[in-house]
Amino acid sequence: MRKVDLAIVGAGPAGLAAAIEGAKRGCSTLVLDMNPLPGGQLVKQIHKFFGSQEHRAGTRGIEIAAQLLHQAETEEVEVMLGAEVYAIHDRTLEVAWAFTGDSSASSSGGGATPPSRHLAIAARRIILATGGAENALNFPGWTLPGVMGAGAAQTMSNVWRVLPGERILMVGAGNVGLIVSYQLLQAGAEVVAVIEAAPRIGGYGVHAAKIRRAGVPILTSHTVVRAEGRTQVEKAVIARVDSSWQPVPGSERELDVDTICIAVGLRPNARLASLAGCCLHYSPRLGGWVPIHNSRMETTIPGIYVAGDLSGVEEASTALEEGRLAGICAASSLGKSNPGDDERIAAIEERLISLRSGPFCQPRQDAKQELIEIGEVQCCKE
Amino acid sequence: MLQGVKTRGYPSLQELESAPGYPSPGRLEKGPVAVIECIEEIPCNPCEQACPQHAITIGEPITNRPHLDEDKCIGCGLCIPRCPGLAIFLVDLTYGQGVATVAFPYEYLPLPEEGQAVQAVNRAGEPVCPGTVIKVQNPKVNDQTPVVTITVPREYAAEVRGIRRIRRER
Ligand SMILES: Cc1cc2nc3c(=O)[nH]c(=O)nc-3n(C[C@H](O)[C@H](O)[C@H](O)COP(=O)(O)OP(=O)(O)OC[C@H]3O[C@@H](n4cnc5c(N)ncnc54)[C@H](O)[C@@H]3O)c2cc1C
Ligand code: SF4
Ligand code: SF4
Repeated sequence: MRKVDLAIVGAGPAGLAAAIEGAKRGCSTLVLDMNPLPGGQLVKQIHKFFGSQEHRAGTRGIEIAAQLLHQAETEEVEVMLGAEVYAIHDRTLEVAWAFTGDSSASSSGGGATPPSRHLAIAARRIILATGGAENALNFPGWTLPGVMGAGAAQTMSNVWRVLPGERILMVGAGNVGLIVSYQLLQAGAEVVAVIEAAPRIGGYGVHAAKIRRAGVPILTSHTVVRAEGRTQVEKAVIARVDSSWQPVPGSERELDVDTICIAVGLRPNARLASLAGCCLHYSPRLGGWVPIHNSRMETTIPGIYVAGDLSGVEEASTALEEGRLAGICAASSLGKSNPGDDERIAAIEERLISLRSGPFCQPRQDAKQELIEIGEVQCCKE
Repeated sequence: MLQGVKTRGYPSLQELESAPGYPSPGRLEKGPVAVIECIEEIPCNPCEQACPQHAITIGEPITNRPHLDEDKCIGCGLCIPRCPGLAIFLVDLTYGQGVATVAFPYEYLPLPEEGQAVQAVNRAGEPVCPGTVIKVQNPKVNDQTPVVTITVPREYAAEVRGIRRIRRER
């Protein structure tokens, strides 16, 4: 069986940041990701990022991914792609190749190619950075081709350069709905409307303003009633909702669209953590069920750490910081530290607090605090 | 709070004028100046470092709204492409007799051409007046965020924030 000091699941910003820190401290480090491309969500984020200058805000997400990957390669991190971790037990990761027979599912950095269809890896420490998953929305017609997650539409258009449709209805005016709408406009589609069930737009005003001046209406207090079409979406019926979120009779309206994108939030992708036995906690502000972790990002299973959207749906900047924290702490638990690590950890914690301030983010800070307090009691103490 | 931004998707003039990134009427009369239409407390700050004159301040915490020191701003427009929210514009009320210019980020293809007649639109994307493109800047430092400058009748300068997109021919 293959043995490593540190195995990381997920090559998004959290996983790559964790890997860089682990490798910097002398851990043999392996990153596994089921996608054919490394970078997690970043590979489809063609827009300039928000956040602080320290977190490379103003840089496009795809470029942040490239920079991280380059740094990981410099630190001799091995990245295996097309490698889906489907179980974890006794610090052994079970890996299946997501793209069997595809020789392009190889790695960068280490230069290894998948030896067989299955691989078991024994790791002394594991960091889970499996990111988030899109929430679905059920309505009559939701199974018709043409109804898809906004993230799926974004992957089609920005990664594979296929326009998902010509006339789009976006459901959800959070940041994802607003940004993906903008990118679909850039790709040449028409966004007929963005609808939002809440009475207020959830995403940042600046993202909303971008698509408003491109002529896209944003209808708050509106929901999708049904999708119509024979073999694919040909029409969407929307309606106004009252204060108890019920459609107002007589307010139905037909929109001539061929695609309905659903952007009603992400939840932590906690399936693997749960399979590994990590205790979960329900936190609506963090997106749903999240693995309990302490201030060192360690879960209720000793030796298994979490970081990024998995430990609460947030942003790339917070994912990077949590990844760094998890990487440093996991390495330190193996007796591998660099001088100044205590100060580094304190600085990361300070930056995380700063990133989680303000009316948009303070609720997350509170939720995170609550989670960590539970973690301090339930997770193992060294 | 922030009724315009949170229900219509763009700030009202009133909301803008009470925000720290919006230049005073007196400053606007003096010549080109940045207009920062970012009025929510969001965790973002690239504009702060984008300005070589140090006219934009966010400070700590990062969720502070950008503050424009209107006397320091020389109207160079370098901050426009650096804002990921595409929320910074440049307005020059002194361009010519009754004519103002508005510069804005424009990340769509095809790009308009200098001299082209365009439909100027307001914050809601509604056409308000005709405009003429006088500059399309897309140097490498812009990192693919071209900045387009158009002339419009002066009375529309506070309203115009873009142009009707030019459709790609298929
Ligand atoms: C439309 C959109 C716009 C955004 N804009 C911004 C922005 O402007 N600024 C900002 O800071 N953030 C932004 N974000 C958020 C940011 O992209 C995420 O918060 C960040 O990518 C989370 O990082 P992560 O590493 O936790 O997870 P991800 O980036 O989601 O990476 C998780 C990785 O884990 C892999 N994985 C999952 N399960 C397994 C498994 N079992 N086996 C192997 N691999 C697995 C996945 O393939 C994926 O590559 C945006 C997000 C979206 C959707
Ligand atoms: S226009 Fe130039 S001087 Fe004015 S704020 Fe922007 S970068 Fe600074
Ligand atoms: S860079 Fe743009 S979006 Fe970010 S704070 Fe500055 S003005 Fe606002």
